[in-house]
Amino acid sequence: MKYSVQIVGVGGQGVLLASMVLGNAAMRAGHKVMMSEVHGMAQRGGSVLSTLRFGDEVYSPLEATGGADLIMGFEPVETVRSLPLGHRESTVLMNLDPVFPAMVAAGNEPYPDVDGLVAAVKKENDHLMTIKATEIAVQAGKAVAANAVMIGAVAAAKGFPLDKGLLKQVLLETVPPKFKDLNAKAFDLGYTAMRDKS
Amino acid sequence: MADLLGNSKQELLLGNEAITRGLFEAGVKFASTYPGTPSSEVGNLLEELSERAGMYFEFSSNEKTAVEVSAAAASSGVRSFVFMKHVGLNVAADPLMTLAYAGVRAGMLVMSADDPSAHSSQNEQDNRYYATLALIPMVEPSTPQEAKDFVAAAYEVSEKLGLPVLYRTTTRVNHARGIVTFGKLRTDTPLKGHFEKDDPHFVNIPAFAIHNRVRLLEKNKQALALSETSPLNRVEGSSDVGIITSGVSYNYVKEYVAGVSILKLGFTNPVPEQKTADFIRGKKFVIVVEELEPYLEDQVLRICAQHNLNVPVHGKRDGVLPREWEFSPDTMRRLKDLVAIKPAPVPMPKASVTLPGRPPSLCAGCPHRGMYAAVKKAVDKTPVVYCSDIGCYTLGVQPPFRTADFIICMGGGAGAAGGFAQVTDQKPIAFIGDSTFFHSGVPPLTNALFNHHNIIMVILDNRTTAMTGHQPNPGTGRHFGGVNTEAVDIAGIVKGLGVQFIRTVNPYDVKNCVAVMKDALVFDGVAVVISKCPCPLLLRKEKRLEKKTCVVDKDKCIKCYTCLKMIACPALIKRPDGTVETDPTQCIGCGMCASVCPKEAIGVRQ
Repeated sequence: MKYSVQIVGVGGQGVLLASMVLGNAAMRAGHKVMMSEVHGMAQRGGSVLSTLRFGDEVYSPLEATGGADLIMGFEPVETVRSLPLGHRESTVLMNLDPVFPAMVAAGNEPYPDVDGLVAAVKKENDHLMTIKATEIAVQAGKAVAANAVMIGAVAAAKGFPLDKGLLKQVLLETVPPKFKDLNAKAFDLGYTAMRDKS
Repeated sequence: MADLLGNSKQELLLGNEAITRGLFEAGVKFASTYPGTPSSEVGNLLEELSERAGMYFEFSSNEKTAVEVSAAAASSGVRSFVFMKHVGLNVAADPLMTLAYAGVRAGMLVMSADDPSAHSSQNEQDNRYYATLALIPMVEPSTPQEAKDFVAAAYEVSEKLGLPVLYRTTTRVNHARGIVTFGKLRTDTPLKGHFEKDDPHFVNIPAFAIHNRVRLLEKNKQALALSETSPLNRVEGSSDVGIITSGVSYNYVKEYVAGVSILKLGFTNPVPEQKTADFIRGKKFVIVVEELEPYLEDQVLRICAQHNLNVPVHGKRDGVLPREWEFSPDTMRRLKDLVAIKPAPVPMPKASVTLPGRPPSLCAGCPHRGMYAAVKKAVDKTPVVYCSDIGCYTLGVQPPFRTADFIICMGGGAGAAGGFAQVTDQKPIAFIGDSTFFHSGVPPLTNALFNHHNIIMVILDNRTTAMTGHQPNPGTGRHFGGVNTEAVDIAGIVKGLGVQFIRTVNPYDVKNCVAVMKDALVFDGVAVVISKCPCPLLLRKEKRLEKKTCVVDKDKCIKCYTCLKMIACPALIKRPDGTVETDPTQCIGCGMCASVCPKEAIGVRQ
């Protein structure tokens, strides 16, 4: 068995934390794990990508183009940008709440219509799951818990090989103690939202 | 996060965390660095852990000094570790070359973290050549586990030979994360030593240096013997097709190439000649798989020639593999006509929707925005050359600022400014950060004074080394590891050098900065403007960021968009109906936008 996840988003969205949680859960489940993370300049508001690969026999910290089993997209434009990382049968989890790039915020470039972005994924992929992670996180108590919503949603994704209970446990061990309740709630809401869809 | 001084059996570690654990397992008692991606996390970890680990650690003012302090430690019998990014070793090359002549008494590792694809760098130079240039041994790990384990092994090599060892990593080793099995912490190495004087070794005057060179060449013969039998060099699998590889490339070969025998090299200077010749002999052909330059490949070709091996060698010299950019599993497909490559699914095509770009940019409330806006306004149509430097402020290259016309290296902008002043009629404005000023900004400033170059130096003092993860620098003073020092005063240094025009400004007060820059532009001689304001990310990290936000009064706003055009802060949002709002999740209430608004339509709310 081998499973690979490409986690994409924007610096500051919690992509690194999500990849740590998934990676640690994979290790506890007895898998070999290799990951690659983006640190440095790209973290200044740029697109970020974390690669997680686990299974019986993994060596490479990077995945081949097209090789992702799951694309976990924290932001709609970044999800669409990363499509070539996966293939037609990959699972694509897409947060529908946008983060505007600087040029969009300044009114110099338009942000594409989100429905159009969803359609663009559906044209190439048969396993798209969408979620309003930031909106759900606000329901849970705070927008910053969107990454916990995303991790909960992944746990409900069809064919995702890591156990829901383990993921939640590792998540709660990873976040600061005072944010445990918030993250637990966000995780559960994310899980439920996705389970009810599939 | 994993406790790197703990007793866990295994942890999921970043390469740089694994290296840090490796230092503790090797009993390293002295470490120094100048921060640089992809090596930076090691410094942040040691800032936090060195005292508990019973070791000394410092952020040195530049890489050259970092090598020198570590060299003194190792020469006094204390195991030392000095680390930096690849271009940092250029700065430190001077002491390194002769340190090899002098030799060391306790083990010393020099880590060079190279950055193929220049993810966070100005070039993708291959520092393996520094090992051959300095005539020192080199060790290259491939995975986080090896990144830890090879540290102790490299110290053994260093102490056997009495030479510093180049510990060469790349971004995908430093920033890979994998499962690392812990070993025992070593506690029997000394924290203090004594420098036994020995002029023929340590005083490299010509009379001694010529003999030290002979001894160094002798040591290289011993190094070759060690490399021949080192467990860091190993053969995996058997086949009549051979692959010779090192570093992260090994992982791609291991997972994506089938049916080959692999010579995996971890001790890569000197390359084990006999072992390599024995591996090649009888093969149908060999492929050398390595990132960047044909460092191993050229040696393989030389070994084939010397051993009369008529075996074809594929790699970069015949164009099968590229010299530019980092490798990935995709690169292995370039070998498909030679060996079996694991198939990959057909990727989804790029979407036909036009997507807005998302380059890295200066943060919301970044004080550099205010200073850049002011400089642009003051300069107006005056012909200028914006000489920039290495740090967050390189991001000023993007619109609307475009305040970076020339970037080559640390301190390079200030140096080049003098040349532009001499040969052009364009006024050079050199931007430099606080940490960079201490690193290499003082010599070019002195040069400008000495030679009467009409330059303006704008020191963007954000009270930290921001881009690499907020390390302290001489301008902040040191407050960790049981050592407390006063901040070194930039204005005091500048004054001491003899600069006549010195102004310190608050970049959030854009209007005042414009006035000061106008004065600087007409000043005959060297002008220095110090833009002093702490990085908001640092304040947030230290929980010192005040809760404030800017609010646009829609009745007063005339939609002139001066705020967007001048500051372009990501916390300012232009709505489709043309109104401007602030994004409360990003805005820090710095008031830069308010400072430039002609109608006072933006207020700062507590």
